[in-house]
Amino acid sequence: MAYKPKEKKEPHWKRDFPIRQDDATKITRREFAKFLCLLSGGFAAGNGFILANYFVNGKEPVKDHFVCNVQDVPAGEMIEFSLTGVRGTREIPYILVHLEDGQWRAFDQKCTHLACAVRYVKERNQIQCPCHNGWFNAETGDVIQGPPPRALPQLKVTIRDEKVFVSHFSEHENNS
Amino acid sequence: MAEPKENFNSELEFFVDMQRCIGCHACETACAECETNGQESMIHVNYVDRAHTVQTTVQVCMHCEDPACANVCPADAITKDSNDVVHSANTARCIGCSNCVLACPFGVPKKMESAELMMKCNLCYDRTSVGKKPMCATVCPSGALFYGTKEEIRKKRPQSDPVRTFKFGKQTVNTKVNVMMPKGTKEIRVY
Repeated sequence: MAYKPKEKKEPHWKRDFPIRQDDATKITRREFAKFLCLLSGGFAAGNGFILANYFVNGKEPVKDHFVCNVQDVPAGEMIEFSLTGVRGTREIPYILVHLEDGQWRAFDQKCTHLACAVRYVKERNQIQCPCHNGWFNAETGDVIQGPPPRALPQLKVTIRDEKVFVSHFSEHENNS
Repeated sequence: MAEPKENFNSELEFFVDMQRCIGCHACETACAECETNGQESMIHVNYVDRAHTVQTTVQVCMHCEDPACANVCPADAITKDSNDVVHSANTARCIGCSNCVLACPFGVPKKMESAELMMKCNLCYDRTSVGKKPMCATVCPSGALFYGTKEEIRKKRPQSDPVRTFKFGKQTVNTKVNVMMPKGTKEIRVY
């Protein structure tokens, strides 16, 4: 006499915790192999997508982009601005720093550790990530201290007619 | 040794004849003697209305087709095997929540407070799985409990019919254990 549930479509918790001992058998080798294949296939596809996305979209240059007028940012100050990302999909926040010695620098605002917003600290002439006390060189973006593993991505700053523009470094220019 | 599945005789069924119960508690004693129960009886003799009558009834687990006790168990401790026997709570899983006690329409599972465990009849699975009869059925002096084939019980009780369909309001409960009722009865309505 077989056990016949009244409803064919059972709630999922009934499938997960069956009353029948026969239904509660362990997962089969075939199911497990299938699961492993799908999982590793998913990982491979995901990695492939990330790589392809990098090659397709990652090299799209930031064209000269007007940020502000020179007199808007006094020496020793910074402002935040954002650029629309590749293909207009997202806004990437940046900071524009006017160093004490008059130089201009533009960095990605997201810390390379866990993407906290970094800020320029005038007293030390360094860029700080307040979340885990990471410090960056304000001139080069290199890591001085703390958890950040990589230098802050940097944009090239050009001043034309008392106006500040940013753009990506072109390939033959030295990035550091 | 063959599997219990193969040794279990599915032609044999359990029959309960409530009006034959004389309240001798022999079944309880026999059940408690079984080592697998830890000397606790899993069959219960109840007084119907003790103030007015000496009538007793006996309640074994009815082994429902869709057991309410197993459905409400949050710890997945109550299971049904391939012989349609609903087993007592797996002691490694039972958390003593008493959900099964509250859910069972027949009032079968009892909670052993000292052990925080649910105890209910498992049709003497240690015996029936090797082709023997349940303890209670072998000791019952009045024939209130019987384990055998339908033909046997029909010969013994020509005026009765075994019934295993119960109606609790609008809900129908089908069981593996039969209750002997006057001839012609198809189902028992409990309102």
